[in-house]
Amino acid sequence: MTAAVEVDDVVVRYGDVLALDGASLTVRPGRVTGLVGMNGSGKSTLFKTIMGLVRPDQGRVRVLGTDPDAARRRGVVGYVPQSDGIDWGFPVSVREVVMMGRYGHQGLTRRPRLADHTAVDEALDRVELSELAGRQIGQLSGGQRKRAFVARGIAQEAPVLLLDEPFAGVDKRTEATIVRLLRELADDGRTILVSTHDLHALPQLADESILLLHRVLFHGPTTDALRPERLARAFGLDTGLDLGGKVVVA
Amino acid sequence: MTLLDLLLEPLQYDFMVRALATTVLASVVCALLSCWLILVGWSLMGDAVSHAVLPGVVLAYVVGAPFALGALVFGVLAVILIGVVRDSGRIREDAAIGIVFTTLFALGLVLISVTPSQTDLNHIIFGNILGVSPAELAQVAVLAGIAFTVLVLKRRDLTLYAFDPAHAHAIGLSPRRLGALLLGLLALTAVVALQVVGVILVVAMLIIPGATARLLTDRFGRMLVIAPILSATCSVAGIYLSYWLDAAPGGLVVVVQGSVFALAHLLSPHGGLLRLQARRAPAAAR
Ligand SMILES: Nc1ncnc2c1ncn2[C@@H]1O[C@H](COP(=O)(O)OP(=O)(O)OP(=O)(O)O)[C@@H](O)[C@H]1O
Ligand SMILES: [Mg+2]
Repeated sequence: MTAAVEVDDVVVRYGDVLALDGASLTVRPGRVTGLVGMNGSGKSTLFKTIMGLVRPDQGRVRVLGTDPDAARRRGVVGYVPQSDGIDWGFPVSVREVVMMGRYGHQGLTRRPRLADHTAVDEALDRVELSELAGRQIGQLSGGQRKRAFVARGIAQEAPVLLLDEPFAGVDKRTEATIVRLLRELADDGRTILVSTHDLHALPQLADESILLLHRVLFHGPTTDALRPERLARAFGLDTGLDLGGKVVVA
Repeated sequence: MTLLDLLLEPLQYDFMVRALATTVLASVVCALLSCWLILVGWSLMGDAVSHAVLPGVVLAYVVGAPFALGALVFGVLAVILIGVVRDSGRIREDAAIGIVFTTLFALGLVLISVTPSQTDLNHIIFGNILGVSPAELAQVAVLAGIAFTVLVLKRRDLTLYAFDPAHAHAIGLSPRRLGALLLGLLALTAVVALQVVGVILVVAMLIIPGATARLLTDRFGRMLVIAPILSATCSVAGIYLSYWLDAAPGGLVVVVQGSVFALAHLLSPHGGLLRLQARRAPAAAR
């Protein structure tokens, strides 16, 4: 059993803030792994470290056997970030945004070939945005924008896909669409790591889950991760738990 | 005298033909670059780099090196200095840009004042489009050709860089390198444009065409066609006007570009008159 992503004793500091404090985990291929933790627990930092956007102060990250920089250059990691520092007024269409996921497959001038058009069409279709493909990106709703960026990650056809809170501000129907999609991708053999605050949907979404609070508190089957006492530790609530209680009974 | 005569008459002078050719080359490549500059938010940077090249051009004149080389060196120097001042923490970027480019520009003015020369170095500041020599035209053609080719070949990467540098990084491109490429092209293009309008007005040619095209379309690909065509037309019109009115050509080129921007602003669906009407319409319906 090989690991798709290995994070070994990683420490990340932003000045005085300790975002990751000795986080170690292994993400297995062909599965959806959920990443759960309270605000500020270090989820986005973990993604950025795997992407090589943040350099760990200590520890080591391997993606499909290479370091993050080499993995990026090989185009084997797709990334759908949480914070969209995106200029939504930018004059690009939805289709052009999704096509940007294909640049790693293309020649120096990024001229799209037939395979690229096919991959983009298929990705748009899977997130149900085919009809809106010609729109300027800012003319989509928040949930549709999220889906467009998920489509870009899919079009990249990377074996490892990282999604940072793809369900934030998204309605139930869109969430169900994305969940179904991620499950299909995992069944195709891809590795999916997805952070979320929606614990209700977690069992349908993730085969296994990681509870993160600057380090890994738990990593195992999702139903086990959702045990109230475990969630209480992860969310820093040591008594009377409403939010986890309901979820777990299921 | 027909309109055609009016248009053809200036072309009997070689200096007018060279002026028009230089203007078209410069405005096309500036307009192309401006599409990215306005989207990355580098208007002020364009202003800074185009002013900061002045001492480089003067020094190049003194040692007999190509203007472009001196300009490139000082353009890059300006960018580095701006970065150093900004990263010191207490000074914001706009102040850093303001300090660096005015100082370098002032240095250029000082250098001009102490450089004995046959040609008038003030032409660098205000442009000297009607006095372009065949050699200068050739230099402009080469530089514009290089910048144009690189921009067209790298247009998709540059657009990705402008839109989502984090994604560029994620798929293994280097945003830092793409940013540096854009800056290098900026310095190169500034040299081309200062032949036409001079250092002070270069920034107009580096911003107005892209901004005008942006008002007229929501498609980046179309901006890349609209901006150069519009800009070349405006610039040629400016040169003709200067011939007929016997007024400053560099100034007129920019005035025409600015006027067309104003017109586009009034007429475009994104701003101006139509939007005002659209806003009023539902109120009237009530
Ligand atoms: N660029 C930064 N500079 C300084 N501190 C940062 C930076 N990014 C994150 N932090 C801090 O690091 C910690 C972890 O942040 P991170 O964004 O990884 O959390 P998260 O789990 O993704 O939270 P959320 O659920 O709100 O998205 C937080 O305390 C945060 O304030
Ligand atoms: Mg986060």
